[in-house]
Amino acid sequence: MNDLKPPPGNERWRSLAKWIGRRPESLTLLILGVAFGVSSLLSPYFLDLYFIFDSTSLYIEIGILALAMTFVIISGNIDLSVASGLALVAVVTAMLHVQLGLPMELVIVLALAFGTLLGLFNGLLVAKLGLPSLAVTLGTLALYRGVAQIFLGDHSLSGFPEWFVGADFIKAGGLVPLPLIIFLLLALVLGLLLHKTVLGRYVYAVGANEAAARYAGIPVDRVKLAVFALSGLMMGVGALLMVSRLGVARYDLAIGHELAVVTTVVLGGVHIYGGRGALFGVVIALFIIGFLRSGMGVANIPSENQLVVIGILLLAAVALGNVMEKLRKQ
Amino acid sequence: MSASKSEPPLLRARGICKSFGIVRVLDEVKFELNTGEVHSLLGENGAGKSTLLKILGGVHQPEKGEVLLDGTPASIPSPQAARELGIALIHQEPLTFPDLDVTENIFLGHNSTWRSRLRPIDWKSRYREARRLLDSLGVKLNPRSRMFGLSTADQQMVEMAGALSQNARVLLMDEPTASLTPDETRELFRIVGQLRRSGTAIAFISHRLEEVFEISDRITILRDGQLVATRDREGTSPDEVIGMMVGRPLEKFFARPRAEPGKPLLQVQNLSLTGRFAGISLEVRAGEIVGVAGLVGAGRTDVANALFGIRPADTGNIRVREKNVALRTPAEAIRLGLACVPEDRQHHGLVLPFQVTQNTTLAALRRLFPWGRVRPGKERELAETYRDRLDIELRAVDQPTRELSGGNQQKVVLSKWLLTEPEILILDEPTRGIDVGAKQEVHRLMGELCRQGKGILLISSDLPEILALSDRILVMREGRLTGHFTHDEATAEKVMGAATGQTPTGAPAGAPPESSEPRHAGDNP
Repeated sequence: MNDLKPPPGNERWRSLAKWIGRRPESLTLLILGVAFGVSSLLSPYFLDLYFIFDSTSLYIEIGILALAMTFVIISGNIDLSVASGLALVAVVTAMLHVQLGLPMELVIVLALAFGTLLGLFNGLLVAKLGLPSLAVTLGTLALYRGVAQIFLGDHSLSGFPEWFVGADFIKAGGLVPLPLIIFLLLALVLGLLLHKTVLGRYVYAVGANEAAARYAGIPVDRVKLAVFALSGLMMGVGALLMVSRLGVARYDLAIGHELAVVTTVVLGGVHIYGGRGALFGVVIALFIIGFLRSGMGVANIPSENQLVVIGILLLAAVALGNVMEKLRKQ
Repeated sequence: MSASKSEPPLLRARGICKSFGIVRVLDEVKFELNTGEVHSLLGENGAGKSTLLKILGGVHQPEKGEVLLDGTPASIPSPQAARELGIALIHQEPLTFPDLDVTENIFLGHNSTWRSRLRPIDWKSRYREARRLLDSLGVKLNPRSRMFGLSTADQQMVEMAGALSQNARVLLMDEPTASLTPDETRELFRIVGQLRRSGTAIAFISHRLEEVFEISDRITILRDGQLVATRDREGTSPDEVIGMMVGRPLEKFFARPRAEPGKPLLQVQNLSLTGRFAGISLEVRAGEIVGVAGLVGAGRTDVANALFGIRPADTGNIRVREKNVALRTPAEAIRLGLACVPEDRQHHGLVLPFQVTQNTTLAALRRLFPWGRVRPGKERELAETYRDRLDIELRAVDQPTRELSGGNQQKVVLSKWLLTEPEILILDEPTRGIDVGAKQEVHRLMGELCRQGKGILLISSDLPEILALSDRILVMREGRLTGHFTHDEATAEKVMGAATGQTPTGAPAGAPPESSEPRHAGDNP
């Protein structure tokens, strides 16, 4: 969006500082470098390329949900139902194939459609009834998970075709797992959608000033519907990847992950009140959290300590971003 | 000044200056209140009346000037401090707590020290005291009933009782009658009269001249933040007061050659929206500017919003280029060739964090990039074109719009709408709060648009502006059209008369009475 042609000499540094101020996600990139360095110091195993790529599969569903969440948050909303929705899609997917015997190819399409429907339901309540998205998706957070539990109880369903299970074992060049490739492709497509298209501009406008967007003739309601539908579609994609990776569907899949998703988006430099942020930053933020977690994991740091680190990181990133914003305004 | 010959005034403010941002709202203003006097403040919208009362009530702090109470300088850093000095500000919309009862609302703010806050409240004596205060005002209200559901008038009474409970000697009333019925107003005036007799000094703001002349001992007229005159009621007349309110030296306006207007672009018949406006009929033809004058709250912006699909009207007929249309959304309005520069630039006109380029193209994105892919190069080119055409002062077109001055921001709003290639422009207070240079630029642009055969509906509270620019002037008051003048027959006095409901004596019947059918904009002499 901003063409960057730094002038020579001292000016170069000043414009670099300015660029960092303008693009909150550049801060995220910086933290990624630090996270990478720290992780490799913690454990010699971390720098193993195979391990780094392999570990991405563990958190790639969070990343896929975070891509859509970026749209939702930039539009000035939030979707807390993503993890519950993912579980519900996973459960329904399993029932359609395992219990009803529908062919898996068809079930994949149905799963994506069903996810989109769950998202549209959120969107309708937000856009057409004008309800706050926080309240709406807090409701569907419970609702979707509850329905999933009614359907499946405490059972887990398995019995998927062999070709479907274990997407994370399919590796391009024996190194890059399929889920990561899917994520990166989605990130590319959605990045172009958000930053290079009229729809993307509308998402920013609605988030930055909904009233002004309305006065400018932007179909505000439809934009909201679209971002929630996208969020739903990503619930479908995430559900399929998770079921493929685990080989089973349960009602408690991805439980509590909605907060990890929001954390990733905020760490990625997206303004929680909407209107500002970039998808690139969120992708970087995903890998920061991922690297730190797996780095601390191989260093045998207990998971509660890992949480402390993630929490401090998020607070520091938000505070630092705020300070830089103030410096820039002066 | 007959009232104050011997004793000094109870309250005296002098040399009061106040600015909001770069706009000077009060400039060396003097105002006095005597014991047992009702002193009214009059002026057009934005003349500084409310700001003056808020300074006396401790809400705002003046940049310069002093306030003397009983002849000694007083500082009023907060509404709390004002109350302790015996000054109470009664707001137009009463600020009460709906979930508390009448008594609790009366005694709110009494417990100003921590010790008194922690001590248990003697409710029995409080209810008794509330009863006494309400009785002394002659108000029939149960001290135990909840505020929720009380009428505005009753809530005002509670506020007044609250003021009396703190022994207020000065009551500052900012448009207390604006949302009262005539009966409630009469009741309020009875109480005001009673308070005056008991020695309370009352400052009073109203837009209704007849009220002001009924109740006031003295009248002070403000204009553009400056004191015009203070007069005894007996020594002046409504005509003189209107003259002083509007009689500002006419600025140099862009002289526009007046051409014969062309085909009708926008025709509105009997447009109504419950609670906002009713029976609005007007017409805008190609190449003409139709002005809509009126006071704040007269419903002009509501009409603009209805025409632009922001908040559509309940009933009525709208025709664009002589075809019936249903304007339900701004997107439809834009497709039909309408544009709307809204009154509230910061909240409705612009996405302030966006770059100037992004705001410039915002309303035209779909048309500019039908394939959905935004081309930044083309956006930049367009923004630079409009920067040059409207003479917008900025560092770079990718600068955040919020960094621009008000006038330049307004030019960005205009660029945005010009880019949609509109036929009909609704301009709601397009020059409010912008500097003289930008104002002239906007006026020049309006002339240019008219020459190109566009139609403009100009809503403005700036009388000289609307008088100079409009081919025809409509006046709204309380949601209805109360006046219709051609450019040649319109004068500030006639327009102000129709806007305030006060027909100036000796004027031809330019303003039809409210009851009669509003004249159709089309049957223009």
